[in-house]
Amino acid sequence: MDFANFLIQLLNGLQYGLLLFMLAAGLTLIFGIMGVVNLAHGSFYMLGAYMAWSFTAAFDSLLLAIIVGTALSVLLGLALEWVLFRHFYKRDHLDQVLLTFGLIYIFEEVRSLLWGDDVHAVQVPELLNWSIPLTENLSYPVYRLVMSGICVLLALGLYLLISKTRLGMKIRAGAFNRDMTEALGINIRLIHAVVFGLGVGLAAIAGMIAAPISSVYPNMGGSVLIMCFVVVVIGGIGSVRGALISALLVGLVDTFGKVLVPQIAGMLVYMLMAAVLLYKPEGLFKH
Amino acid sequence: MTTRRIVLTRGAAVIGAASSGLLLPQIVRAQSDKVRVGFMLPYTGTFAQLGVAIENGFRMALNEQGGKLGGREVEFFKVDDESNPAKGIENAQRLVQRDKVDVLVGTVHSGVQMGIHKVARDTGVLNLIPNAGVHAATRNLCAPNVFRTSFSNSQPTLALGKTMVDRGHKKAVWITWNYAAGDEAFEGFEQSYTAAGGTIIKKLGLPFPNVEFQALLTEIAALKPDAVACFFAGGGAAKFLRDYAAAGLNKNIQLYGSGFLTEGVLDAAGAAAEGVLTTMHYSDLLDTQRNKNFRLNYAKTFKLQPDVYAVQGYDTGLLLVQGANAVKGDLNNKKALYAAMEGATIDSPRGKWTMSKSHNPIQDMYMRQVVGNQNKVIGIAAKAVADPGTGCRMG
Repeated sequence: MDFANFLIQLLNGLQYGLLLFMLAAGLTLIFGIMGVVNLAHGSFYMLGAYMAWSFTAAFDSLLLAIIVGTALSVLLGLALEWVLFRHFYKRDHLDQVLLTFGLIYIFEEVRSLLWGDDVHAVQVPELLNWSIPLTENLSYPVYRLVMSGICVLLALGLYLLISKTRLGMKIRAGAFNRDMTEALGINIRLIHAVVFGLGVGLAAIAGMIAAPISSVYPNMGGSVLIMCFVVVVIGGIGSVRGALISALLVGLVDTFGKVLVPQIAGMLVYMLMAAVLLYKPEGLFKH
Repeated sequence: MTTRRIVLTRGAAVIGAASSGLLLPQIVRAQSDKVRVGFMLPYTGTFAQLGVAIENGFRMALNEQGGKLGGREVEFFKVDDESNPAKGIENAQRLVQRDKVDVLVGTVHSGVQMGIHKVARDTGVLNLIPNAGVHAATRNLCAPNVFRTSFSNSQPTLALGKTMVDRGHKKAVWITWNYAAGDEAFEGFEQSYTAAGGTIIKKLGLPFPNVEFQALLTEIAALKPDAVACFFAGGGAAKFLRDYAAAGLNKNIQLYGSGFLTEGVLDAAGAAAEGVLTTMHYSDLLDTQRNKNFRLNYAKTFKLQPDVYAVQGYDTGLLLVQGANAVKGDLNNKKALYAAMEGATIDSPRGKWTMSKSHNPIQDMYMRQVVGNQNKVIGIAAKAVADPGTGCRMG
């Protein structure tokens, strides 16, 4: 591998890692702050992608589709929190797993009823539908770069929200000691609803911005869910910063693994996880 | 995974079996005048549409006979195999033991097929495979009572090698998912390409069903081959086509593939698929009167456009019709039935084909190019391609 190719592969790895972070951030927030294991997280990613597809067809604009889709998915998150999840915060993890596992099937069936079982494509917006020539026969799609940019911005926004704002302070307090926070007069229910809506929104946004490059297909949430859990576990459950670093790590290991050791590429990410857990059983960044 | 739909159909089937079967003595039912045909196909999940297309095609072939097989009425039984290999054996046994089917038609997924295959070999029930291309079914595990009407996984790629070299593409990179179907497709490609004088400079793979191709596309650009050959299908195929084009590789490096690369995904792939060359045993645009008639009738009957899976289902029906007519509907006369099916020539919408010794079609492979979201036939890549049937011993 010469140096130019090494740099391109580095870019590939970072870009994949950033997308994983978008997905894992919502999962780790919901788990870390509310203690809910949400297996249906991948379904929100899928719903996001399908919304991007059907709204782009309706509005003829991906940007508009993403705005409407984000609003709808946050509302969906709030509704689910209100109807189902708030009854499960203090329940056993097994109950939560059963609930969210059931939700996966419900969302798949809803998807099948609403949109059918076909594979669909979302057009990259005209403005971004070009590639930057890198070598004589390889170009880099601009959309991928823009996507990474959006992920970085969202990561930054999330960091500022949690560590610099009053709301962020309440969220952290609630995660640290729920009863004490409530006793101090903070409406913890509202905080939980906000965090859940935010987590669902993040997953859906990831699905929507990934839709043009990943296409839209049934069960697409299932394949990303496992990778999400790997990222969250390596990063330390509940730690957003950990999720970012571990997502980038997973992205790089996966990318270079495929190129350098293709025979065991499928296992590498899990070997990384095993190695991390061996030395840091609570992940790289304990919450 | 049990969906509500399955519970309902299974429930209905149990009631049906109780009302029709249990009241009659076993012997009377076994010789009842209806032929019992069991569909074990995916009716839910990613492959749901394939299952429906196959069943439609099969029924159409029977309808052309007035809905009869060798003069006998037909009764259908259905099981949704969910494309779930873990339930393959159980579902096949349900059709064979509970429903006492004479013929088991199924299935799409190669993993599930191996479950059906075990039951077919154990019980001797006639099994017609309308899609799954897994090699073992007509190679080392072949059986007198198992017939395939679709293809073996290496058949399309067996036709690929020579035509690539003929086009001046002598150095190629192969890319696929690392799983059985991908490996089997590679076998056909490797054999035909090296025999024609081509060199495979690298074999790239990624875990199934991973679709993050970017790293491998970068690798392809660095290797600078004349062409890329691949095996992908379904959603992953659409994504591969789009990523390949977005990386700018389609400008200088011709993409070839086993035909499934461009089946059912062309709308999703859009302009990215333009110009891609694939080999397969059928194309919707095949310009023969036989194909046009088939497509018109199918569209009229089912209000749907047929695809390659509908053709395979239809051919499965044609094969059974020929066999049943030869034995005048007495499907228990297995020796004569199988002999008739082995000797059959199927006048298919894809073109005429015959059965190989190991019960897999000997068929022409078409060279197809994607033009405006359709697979345009540009010639025959290889005539009368047969799977080698390595290791098959009937008996």
